[in-house]
Amino acid sequence: MPRTSRREFLKAAGGVAASLGLAAVIKVEPARATPSEMQEAIRKTIGAGRVTPGKVKLELPPLIENGNAVPLTISVDSPMTEAQHVRAVHVFTEKNPQPYVVTFHLGPRAGRARVATRMRLADSQNVTAICELSDGSFWSDSVSIVVTLAACLEDGI
Amino acid sequence: MRPLIGLVGVFVLAAAAIAGEISPSERKSGYDFMARETRAMQDDDTANPGMLWVLEGTTLWTRATGAAGRACADCHGDARASMKGVAARYPAFDAAKGRPVNLEQRINACRVDRQQASPLAYESRELLALSAFVARQSRGMPIAATIDDRTRPFLEAGGATYERRQGQLNLACSQCHDTNWGRQLAGNVIPQAHPTGYPLYRLEWQSLGSLQRRLRGCLTGIRAEPYEYGAPELVDLELYLMWRARGMPMDAPAVRP
Amino acid sequence: MASALINVPARAKRGEIIEIKTLISHVMETGFRRTQVGAVIPRNIIRRFVCTYNGTEVFSADLHPAISANPFFVFSTVATESGTLAFTWTGDNGFSVTESATITVE
Repeated sequence: MPRTSRREFLKAAGGVAASLGLAAVIKVEPARATPSEMQEAIRKTIGAGRVTPGKVKLELPPLIENGNAVPLTISVDSPMTEAQHVRAVHVFTEKNPQPYVVTFHLGPRAGRARVATRMRLADSQNVTAICELSDGSFWSDSVSIVVTLAACLEDGI
Repeated sequence: MRPLIGLVGVFVLAAAAIAGEISPSERKSGYDFMARETRAMQDDDTANPGMLWVLEGTTLWTRATGAAGRACADCHGDARASMKGVAARYPAFDAAKGRPVNLEQRINACRVDRQQASPLAYESRELLALSAFVARQSRGMPIAATIDDRTRPFLEAGGATYERRQGQLNLACSQCHDTNWGRQLAGNVIPQAHPTGYPLYRLEWQSLGSLQRRLRGCLTGIRAEPYEYGAPELVDLELYLMWRARGMPMDAPAVRP
Repeated sequence: MASALINVPARAKRGEIIEIKTLISHVMETGFRRTQVGAVIPRNIIRRFVCTYNGTEVFSADLHPAISANPFFVFSTVATESGTLAFTWTGDNGFSVTESATITVE
């Protein structure tokens, strides 16, 4: 068996040690959803109906200081009458560990189709809102956001 | 000659920067470094998550507790009057202990001595609720910790901790917060570290927390061994930070990223 | 002990659209976080929020782990009559909290 040179041995050992070392240090990350999983979640929620961009407006800050509590507002241009109103609004993400965020159930008693909440965003990604109108149609809006991370992530108290 | 003068000028400037103190006109609360949306979260009492703890504190204030069966309200009455300005002057000297204590320690001293109840654990829900409730009564008031012959040695000890390099990263608080405030550290802007809003709701914690929690977090961040909750080093540092922020208005419970 | 902050106007004109804000303390543990030694912290979230107006549901939400801790909602309803607005949050581990507010509609 040919003698491994000292340099080659160290390189090989270093590579193994580095990969072992890295594995020990890296935190186990939860599986992230993918854009296709988001599409699947949308289909599961609203069925096979066609979704047209428009009517619903999703507002999110473009640059987010902390992904733990991101304010979002969803509004739909609708008279909110018995004949014409928003039945529901659904929100989805592409890269959070799972794609669902929230579903709001509205109706003519809401008076106005405008809701706000705070959500978690794991990474820079696209957020999609889909509204369902009383006539059975679906409309969507999508926003691309950037999430910055804190310099020193904390674990616990 | 000219290049030499320029060089001397640089040294003088550098020395001034190291000597530290941010001039009073340049002092800014952490609020001023936040995004508009985070500021809106703080400004609206119906949206500020810190108010959930204040709400709980309002209930605890009137709840009789301990072997003495006394509520805070039994001695202190309406907190809006009796606690007005109190948080703004803590840490304050405690004659029995012969040293300054912070607000949380003062609350626990009352529990043990006056209510004959057990002290509340640091960062426990109840202690945070009571300190948030008390601190809320100082909203808008100028920070005014008393510095006199009794407290001066502790102020100086706190200042020494602030200026001392610590941890594996070998950083002193002053290097970030006096010399490099306003600059980016990874994704965030470095604030000046004035504790105007404590206890505050930190988005990173997803909870309300005390100034000591934040200080311990910073120490961990520079890879130093954090002092225990209630340690004299932390209380002295709190005193120094409140002195450094003297005159700035309290805005507890604040919201920070 | 869950605390909730409800913001409902005390009075309104008939037909006026009123804005309601609700904030409840809840950790909303996602089920994706792990402890220092790698054990998964189990999911513990509020799953449903319902607002009723004199017994009739006027707004509701289905929550998922992506809703931030201490869930906050802003929504609106038409002030139809005087009465009680009831707010119920239900979720994992038998979590159930109901708060109410009265409104005078003239």
